[in-house]
Amino acid sequence: MIPAISATALGRRYHDQVALDDVSLTVDPGTVTGLLGRNGAGKTTLMRIVTGQEFPTSGAVRVFGQVPAENDAVLRRMVFVREDQPYPDFRVGQAIRVASWFYPHWSEELARQLLADFGLPLQRRIRKLSRGMRSAVGITIGLAARAELTLFDEPYAGLDAVARQLFYDRLLADFAEHPRTVVLSTHLIDEAADLLEHVVMLDRGRVVLDAPADDVRGTMATVSGPASAVDEFVAGRTVWHRQRLGSRASVTVAGPFDFAAQARARALHLSLEPLSLQQLLVRASGLSAEEKVSA
Amino acid sequence: MPSLDEGTPLFVQIAEQLADDIVDGVLPGGARAPSTNELAAFYRINPATAAKGINLLVDEAVLEKRRGIGMFVADGAREQLRERRRKQFAEQYFDPMLAEARRLGIDTDTLMSLIQGSGWHNGGNTE
Repeated sequence: MIPAISATALGRRYHDQVALDDVSLTVDPGTVTGLLGRNGAGKTTLMRIVTGQEFPTSGAVRVFGQVPAENDAVLRRMVFVREDQPYPDFRVGQAIRVASWFYPHWSEELARQLLADFGLPLQRRIRKLSRGMRSAVGITIGLAARAELTLFDEPYAGLDAVARQLFYDRLLADFAEHPRTVVLSTHLIDEAADLLEHVVMLDRGRVVLDAPADDVRGTMATVSGPASAVDEFVAGRTVWHRQRLGSRASVTVAGPFDFAAQARARALHLSLEPLSLQQLLVRASGLSAEEKVSA
Repeated sequence: MPSLDEGTPLFVQIAEQLADDIVDGVLPGGARAPSTNELAAFYRINPATAAKGINLLVDEAVLEKRRGIGMFVADGAREQLRERRRKQFAEQYFDPMLAEARRLGIDTDTLMSLIQGSGWHNGGNTE
């Protein structure tokens, strides 16, 4: 199986600033991968290198087994929608038409449906649109392209929660009918968490987490209750965070939280609150690159 | 939309919710189970995750694959699930109840009269 994306020891520096540092990862075809991390973590740089818009300083990237840069055969197999994507001075309808010429698997039907869903006016100039409406143009093109590799980089600037849910629903529905490889970079992690099959987290240019989303779930929980009982419960576990208030303690620890552990927590009158993916990643980003989270 | 919790892997929750429907008789033996895509759209999850949940039940012979048609509830699946859950009943429900009763100083006689008086059908909420 040829990976959709494979990066080997990828590095990118701008003068003395390191944007990507020894990034190696593989994205399997037919999966939805979340590319997560704080602003400036290197997500956009990575996506720009994958889409051939930027060259790595060191290392190599392959898309469907080939070098993407200046490789039209590969570039036509992918679509990249950025946050605040710039457009030429087009009307909405023109931008959609031009996109339809470029992408071999373009679905006019899906494009029309999305235009209607988002209420996009075809005759309006894109630069006259609100920020959210411009994002909707990008999402429409990104989904209707049905490209084998679809990359969304924070595609929903200015979109409200209802419109974002529309994006997730349409993405899921079309992905189910027409499987493809999707990479979605987002900081709205909890919102998108259930869509993701795999998560990659970057922090200061390095990969700090690369695991199936299901393995990450339930890997940590916050245990709280009487301090002595909490201490008893967390003994032997990796402690991530500790808080104490009077006789009560609240400690975030690594799993497993199997049936026996849950029963034990109950017996000790402790509450066991699993961390959401978002909370987990906040914790993970507090780590140095040496302390990788292995899920 | 039904809610899924944070701590349990999604595919396990999908399998559990399907198993609930089988135990409750909503999905009787021989019934067609929801497809991967139906589950994905309903729970708003990745289709691969839904497929993993279904496969969990296939591995346990609760669901069976009929080539080209879909997934179906195996005959005897309900009894099999009920049997398993009966075994888990004590540690899942009874042990925590006893622990809480002890904590509150509720003695065995009081517990017994609670069980006999309230019956299971109207909740029997002792926590």
